[in-house]
Amino acid sequence: MPVSDWEGVRLHVVTGKGGTGKTTVAAALALALASGGHKVLLVEVEERQGLAQLFDVAPLPYEERRLAVARDGGDLFGLAVDAQQAMYEYLDLYYRLGRAGRALDRMGIIEFATTVAPGMRDVLLTGKTYEATRRRRTDGGFVYDAVVLDAPPTGRITRFLSVNAAVTSLARVGPVSRHAAAITELISSPRTAVHVVTVLEEMPVQETADTVGDLDDAGIPVGAVVVNQVRRPLLTVRDLAAARQGRLDRLMIEAGLRVAGLTQGESLVDRLAAEAAAHAERVALEKRERTAVAALDRPTYELPWLPDGIDLAGLYELGAALSDQGAA
Amino acid sequence: MNTRPSAHFDVDGLLHDTRTRIIVCCGSGGVGKTTTAAAVALRAAEHGRRVVVLTIDPARRLAQSLGLTELDNTPRQVPGIANAGGGRLDAMMLDMKRTFDEILEAHATPEKAGKILANPFYQALSSSFAGTQEYMAMEKLGQLRARDEWDLIVVDTPPSRSALDFLDAPERLGSFLDGRLIRLLGMPARAGGRAYLRVLQAGFGAVTGALTRVLGGELLGDVQTFVAALDTMFGGFRERADQTYALLKRPETAFVVVSTPELDALREASYFVERLGSDAMPLAGLVLNRMHRERPDGLSEHQATAAADRLVSTREHRLTTSLLRLHAANLRLATRDEHRAARFTAAHPTVPVTRVPALPIDVNDLRGLREVGSELVAQR
Repeated sequence: MPVSDWEGVRLHVVTGKGGTGKTTVAAALALALASGGHKVLLVEVEERQGLAQLFDVAPLPYEERRLAVARDGGDLFGLAVDAQQAMYEYLDLYYRLGRAGRALDRMGIIEFATTVAPGMRDVLLTGKTYEATRRRRTDGGFVYDAVVLDAPPTGRITRFLSVNAAVTSLARVGPVSRHAAAITELISSPRTAVHVVTVLEEMPVQETADTVGDLDDAGIPVGAVVVNQVRRPLLTVRDLAAARQGRLDRLMIEAGLRVAGLTQGESLVDRLAAEAAAHAERVALEKRERTAVAALDRPTYELPWLPDGIDLAGLYELGAALSDQGAA
Repeated sequence: MNTRPSAHFDVDGLLHDTRTRIIVCCGSGGVGKTTTAAAVALRAAEHGRRVVVLTIDPARRLAQSLGLTELDNTPRQVPGIANAGGGRLDAMMLDMKRTFDEILEAHATPEKAGKILANPFYQALSSSFAGTQEYMAMEKLGQLRARDEWDLIVVDTPPSRSALDFLDAPERLGSFLDGRLIRLLGMPARAGGRAYLRVLQAGFGAVTGALTRVLGGELLGDVQTFVAALDTMFGGFRERADQTYALLKRPETAFVVVSTPELDALREASYFVERLGSDAMPLAGLVLNRMHRERPDGLSEHQATAAADRLVSTREHRLTTSLLRLHAANLRLATRDEHRAARFTAAHPTVPVTRVPALPIDVNDLRGLREVGSELVAQR
């Protein structure tokens, strides 16, 4: 088995532009990390029950539940963090506020902290992840060998992870800011890696580059770039070039169609040539974007596009592809 | 499955109707909201209407194509519009902090406004509170509508956790700013103690203690100064949010929900459609972007695959085999997308739908936007 590129990393944060499949990649990575007898927690924080939909299980409560068994043994657990529940837990854990916690709720403080206050919500969500990452068994070992966070999209990730900055702009001293400082310490340490998911299109790749720069500036360790939904070209390099210039050999195509027993003639040749041109155009664009991804100089993994959509079998396939490339 | 076709979303009909004054484009992240908003605005302008498009967070090159080189919170005329019909297109990018500052400058004395602008709590509020962007987008929309300089305002919505945030976040922030919580937070400690006592008969000591412990005394001090300076504006924030919300319910407004055939995006679109329905808000239709197109002529996926398999056994005609495989793959995608669109329509049979095909390249100039515009109105 190849050595993982991420030895020593305990918290894997997965982000990406909307529509690039970051939840799928987070789940596949979690399965890959769990395989071989490990215990991994996959956390979602966007309150959209993406994990339940992906693994086809009932909506997850605010509780760690087993989602799947990994290859060669290993357990994948899932958790959907709810900001409000996390707030109660936080108040209870750090301030022993039982009844007073409920009084805060009546005054609108819980809603304020979980929906409006800058950074508070993020402290609660990352705080829960932080707690799970550091949680230990009675024998001293970590409860989870790794934690994978299905994080907010690229547009919001840097602010989300810069909890310390957000909170200290509001509360410069006090326990909230101390708590935020502890989370920041983990997030900016080599025990954390933030992986960015993209597809080979101009805007997602541009956002990936922007995000890598922003995270670097914020002192947050960037992990890999995961290129998702990669389709292999169906034509040879020479045919692609000819297709783009509209110079495919029409006579040869037509001859092939006749041999295959297809007699639609010119109109079918036109259509196939047009499809080939569009395909070639996209392949050329993907090539440009792949160069842009390479210029980011990060470990890069490619995941195949699965035409039938993502189910559990698909997740195992993607997980295996990640392992093979050294992601786990 | 019931495959009754959806009603066609007549985008030109909507754009040309002079009663349409506001178009709100909403949907989850990455579905092409900003591009759709810009394409709709451009098409309306080139039809002869005076249009302003309010974008929230456009990609750099799209912004450049609209002449938006700086974020200055002012509508600027977009050059290069075909204006034979007398139309005009202005574009602006939302600057949420500037918009917030302007509200204060307009409603407080210069001295008080200055105090508020310098307050650390206000600075956090205006730049990083969740919901501020949505509140300010609504506020800007209300302002643009009140100026009455445009026939049509097209709004792109902020990239939120949920598309519903655009509707809910302004109210949440307004309630917070006008609510009892901020007043309680803002009261000097001793008077505050009595206020807590009135509000909560029991447990008040624990609450005040908890607040100070959790938030720290310094923050409370900032909030107190902020609230004292804000006093003349209480009641105003929620009222402003409510007014714009009411504007969104008027028949002159049209919501355009944008999605792709991806399952997550369609799910979000469904939530939004249901919410608009329950709030009696005017939904014009659904734009399905990035659809893989199936044309009625040609071969079926099955025929193409079978033909390719026959050719493979001849060990010849490699090019034709590849082209048939490509054709089969395209048809498969098109079938998948149509199947998903049909499922949406089965759940929401009255929502008109228009489909925009997957374009091989990204759109970042006026020519590209025009192309998207003509795809939006094409009958299929």
